[in-house]
Amino acid sequence: MSAAGDTRVHLDREHALKLLRQMKLIRRFEERSAELYGEQKIRGFLHLYIGEEANAVGVMQALTPEDAIVATYREHGHALARGLPATEVMAEMYGKASGSSRGRGGSMHIFDAGQRFYGGNAIVGGGLPLAVGLALADQMQQRNRVTCCFFGEGAAAEGEFHESLNLASLWKLPVLFVCENNRYAMGTALERSESETDFCRHATSYRIPAEAVDGMDVVAVESAARRAVQAIRNGGGPQFLENRTYRFRAHSMFDAELYREKAEVEMWKERCPIRRFHSWLIAAGVVHEVDVAALDRDIEGEVEAAVAFAEAAPWEPEADLLTDVMTPAATRGVA
Amino acid sequence: MSRRITYREAIREALQEALRRDPRVFLMGEDVGRYGGAYGCSKGLLTEFGEARIRDTPLSEAGFTGAGIGAALGGMRPIVEIMTVNFSLLALDQIVNTAATLRHMSGGQFSVPVVIRMATGAGRQLAAQHSHSFENWYAHVPGIKVVAPATVADARGMLWTALEDPDPVIIFEHATLYNDEGEIEDSGPLAQPLEGAAIRRAGSDVSLITYGGSLKKVLAAADELAREGIACEVIDLRSLRPLDDKTIAASVARTHRAVIVDEGWRSGSLAAEISARIMETAFFDLDWPVERVCSAEVPIPYPRHLEIAATPQVPNIIAAVKRALRR
Repeated sequence: MSAAGDTRVHLDREHALKLLRQMKLIRRFEERSAELYGEQKIRGFLHLYIGEEANAVGVMQALTPEDAIVATYREHGHALARGLPATEVMAEMYGKASGSSRGRGGSMHIFDAGQRFYGGNAIVGGGLPLAVGLALADQMQQRNRVTCCFFGEGAAAEGEFHESLNLASLWKLPVLFVCENNRYAMGTALERSESETDFCRHATSYRIPAEAVDGMDVVAVESAARRAVQAIRNGGGPQFLENRTYRFRAHSMFDAELYREKAEVEMWKERCPIRRFHSWLIAAGVVHEVDVAALDRDIEGEVEAAVAFAEAAPWEPEADLLTDVMTPAATRGVA
Repeated sequence: MSRRITYREAIREALQEALRRDPRVFLMGEDVGRYGGAYGCSKGLLTEFGEARIRDTPLSEAGFTGAGIGAALGGMRPIVEIMTVNFSLLALDQIVNTAATLRHMSGGQFSVPVVIRMATGAGRQLAAQHSHSFENWYAHVPGIKVVAPATVADARGMLWTALEDPDPVIIFEHATLYNDEGEIEDSGPLAQPLEGAAIRRAGSDVSLITYGGSLKKVLAAADELAREGIACEVIDLRSLRPLDDKTIAASVARTHRAVIVDEGWRSGSLAAEISARIMETAFFDLDWPVERVCSAEVPIPYPRHLEIAATPQVPNIIAAVKRALRR
């Protein structure tokens, strides 16, 4: 296990099992979510992260509880990797009052003030200025914290992406920009939406150090994130990672996937971050199949407990519909 | 002790006081620092407070407005200045999709104590991309407060109250007000409440309801009408969201006639909303249909005579009052 401030990944048994467990938890949680969507327990949009788990899990290892996370609408993985309870995340997907956001946001809007998890932002590119501002607040209050902002490669076509990189660099703000390049902005392939498909070049054009990472390799992601976070903590200003990854499932549950070849999906599935890491750990003798089997049972129990929690959770009373549009007068002054 | 200062000076004093009182307060926007603000409101503040707190930004309305929202989440009390309401449309995403939604959407976990100031309105021959009035766009949105200080005392006093408010507050400053002078009473409390309309002139014949840059035109019309023996009650809305239904309804119950003066375009305007509310709350008190004086439905043109023709003016207001009184 690596201590904070250590840029190396120490892949001992305990840490390896932690990484594997988090990725498997996200995978199982989302497979179950897809089933529940079919049963109409989860409604609205549901954007699965399956295939991309190494990114959230790898990056989170480099962050401390004091750091902040800004994520997108494909954020179940980030929420779970950050340590939000699966019970509350699942209840949120159900729209129940025990959910992370009291059920008001659903799959796309998971928030947790205690974990400094700032969503759950479903306007592509919209989270980046928010991350810049959180980092600005830290800088102005002389707090040595990092704000980690996840976004997809589709966001790089938005003005807010460029405005945010420019501001962060200009003001030397402690932001870790993590571009999860899964090659498709919904159904539009990278080459059809971006004149520059090397996102690191965008970052370096704003004088932000950038590194491209194999987003299907959790250790590579953790390692790159540790280097980037350390550079930020050392006063190096914003850093940028382009994590090259792939989503195995459709964009959302409404997507018929007419825009990509099955063979391409199959090719990327060969690089499954969980299977790859699992095989490597077994081959290297770091963990044994019996450990993984125990992990799987444990995760199955955790996910089923989350479903049971969500099933039993209450709905928010209709009488509370208007609560918290504005801050209640009673809590004024403490915000 | 009372003294006369301009609206611009009132804003500068309010900014200065806020920056002195609370280390979390900072001002951020295009040309607020070295230039002193597009309308000169922050002149001299850079010298006193330094570059970290009087923060010049690039031309990135979405970026720096979003950064203000993020900084508010991070414990600061940012004042974001946007040069004009037209430019604020570039930041609509951050204001409407993020600042206004965050508290409710997160189940009440976050407050966003950001203050966003911007100039609005016509009257300076700045043509169709610097002269519009989109106050109603913002006043449409739950999750934010929208105010329009029309007097020097409100310009001086509403900023501090806005900064103390835990929710996003948008302050509209009409561009023709900055040079206007008014009285400040230093002996009493300077802070002014954010909510609640003010009756700027009492009268029994007709209620004139307005806000922002139109208030002085409405008061001028009321003066002229008084000479003809017509007693106008002038209501300055001050807050555009929430609206002070009580004051409006009580006034209409006394006068039985209402004229709304709103520099926005008539279609889908604040005047339309207020008119509907009068219908809902004071229908049986009315002796005449609600009259509206709004801007003509054109992009505001550059030439002086056309700009005047496009926007509410004293003669239109007087004509509307006379229609309402069948005079």
